[in-house]
Amino acid sequence: MNADNAIGDRHQARSGWRLFWSRVVSRLGWERLARRALLPVLLLALWQYAASAGWVDPSFIPSPAAVLDAWWQWIFGPRSTFAWYSGTWFEYVWLSAWRVFVGFAIASIAGITVGVLIGWFEKVRDLLDPLVQGLRPIPMTAWLPFATFMFGIREGAAIFLIAMGSFFPIVVSCTHGAEQTPKNLVRAALMLGTPPGRLLTRVVLPSALPSIFNGLRVGLGIAWVLVIVSEMLAVKGGIGYAMWTAYQFVRIDLIIAAMFTMGLLGLVSDRLLLLLNRRLLRWNTGLRAR
Amino acid sequence: MEHGTTSPLSQGAAGRIEIQSVRKTYRDAAEGREVLALDGVTLNIEPREFLTLLGPSGCGKSTLLNILAGFEKPDAGRALLNGDPITRPGPDRGVVFQDYALFPWLNIQQNVEYGLREQGVSKAEAQEISARYLAMVGLTGFERRFPHELSGGMRQRVALIRVLAIDPQIMLMDEPFAAVDAQTRTILQRELERLWMQTKKTVVFVTHSVDEAIYLSDRVTVMTARPGVIKAVLPIDLPRPRDPTSDTFNRFRRDITQLIEVESRKVFAPRRPDLADVGPLSPPKPILALWALRQFLSGKRSM
Repeated sequence: MNADNAIGDRHQARSGWRLFWSRVVSRLGWERLARRALLPVLLLALWQYAASAGWVDPSFIPSPAAVLDAWWQWIFGPRSTFAWYSGTWFEYVWLSAWRVFVGFAIASIAGITVGVLIGWFEKVRDLLDPLVQGLRPIPMTAWLPFATFMFGIREGAAIFLIAMGSFFPIVVSCTHGAEQTPKNLVRAALMLGTPPGRLLTRVVLPSALPSIFNGLRVGLGIAWVLVIVSEMLAVKGGIGYAMWTAYQFVRIDLIIAAMFTMGLLGLVSDRLLLLLNRRLLRWNTGLRAR
Repeated sequence: MEHGTTSPLSQGAAGRIEIQSVRKTYRDAAEGREVLALDGVTLNIEPREFLTLLGPSGCGKSTLLNILAGFEKPDAGRALLNGDPITRPGPDRGVVFQDYALFPWLNIQQNVEYGLREQGVSKAEAQEISARYLAMVGLTGFERRFPHELSGGMRQRVALIRVLAIDPQIMLMDEPFAAVDAQTRTILQRELERLWMQTKKTVVFVTHSVDEAIYLSDRVTVMTARPGVIKAVLPIDLPRPRDPTSDTFNRFRRDITQLIEVESRKVFAPRRPDLADVGPLSPPKPILALWALRQFLSGKRSM
């Protein structure tokens, strides 16, 4: 937040973690930091206490320590035929992330193109909008049987589902962004000599960028939802698959570990998108009310 | 393009405008009916002239300006630039908007260079020209800033020089200083006068302010309330720069203010009731309620 602070801290702190902490502390201050950590820490403590004091059956609800333990083995444990999950974490994370990436990339390219065109050209709107609006109300999970039927228990089904699911919010948001192009900006561009055929790239697209990014963020969230659903039901491998298998073996500790894994992945990918957003929309930061 | 060859300021040709019996109606979304905005406006504007359109709100000043810019087409009559009909917007007619209409995603320098680059001016030359104009309005050092980081007065300066940079024949200005504070407004008026004297473009300037009109114009055109026609054209034969406190200035102020007040009063006169409002066969209440709901949902009416 404060540039001077950040530079000062860089001199004191050498390691990445210490730098990170000194930044967090200098940004929030100890008091706010403590207030923010209070509730999560309290909940964790309560959970641990409930498990160790015997309020709940530990084989039914495992303690946080047990979850961490299972998670650790899932990540770093040796591959073994006796523990199906041991050492598979990286592979599964990679599988899920790859599916999200491919599906989301297809949805982004198609969604931005179609959305901006619908929002800007009336003829394209007449042509495509009924189709988009007609398919949009179908819940994404309702596509699952159709997708597995068409693609089989293979990658295609998962990618199809993810691409479809994140396509719609992106389309809607991009359409909105292109529609909202300020009339005077279009007029100004024409007045300054922009040929009407170039308005789309010169004015409409940049002015729709904030909306486009909003759509991408929503779409990415949905992509993570759908990767879990499709891995539970339609494809092998991935975090959703691990979660479902853990459910069948009644391994609550692994289920919880998989949930936290998903949360982490969603957070990281959203942060990456935000970073890109800040890069491209530096001009927009001041317009947003804070 | 006749850039940078002879003088520090480009001295391109100044255009002549002829407006011949221009008529324009538009559909008023709020009232849901056709409104006659301009009813047969005829006016000639000489090259290098500074002409102001003055009139009560809604008299069609901006509509007339939009027709000259090529943003709107007249329903009848025509507008000519140097004898050719105006059909669409183009860089021979620079427009300065009230809301600046700078591209928020481009920095100040890129905004000034935008028009030049669209005309195919090389990057180096565009940079040179933009630097010159930025210096002229005291914005050197702000090249890398984005529009939202600048004050209203600074933004309007950028909007002004972005148009001057493409060296148009005509400058069309739609209440350009209406959104800035009074002090900035006075400064901008002085700057505009100075720039106009240096470049000698034809300027058509729309404003609500009588003082602004007298201070800047060669001729002030007073328009009537809707439908807009030209009520009076007054040459302001005062030497420049003008002193707004002088007796002669004051005389113009009194005359023009009187002309406008008569028209403004018409705007606020009670509207003749529509047949639809008090018709003998008024629709039943539920239908009226549905109609009102429909209008509310489509944003034509507030509840």
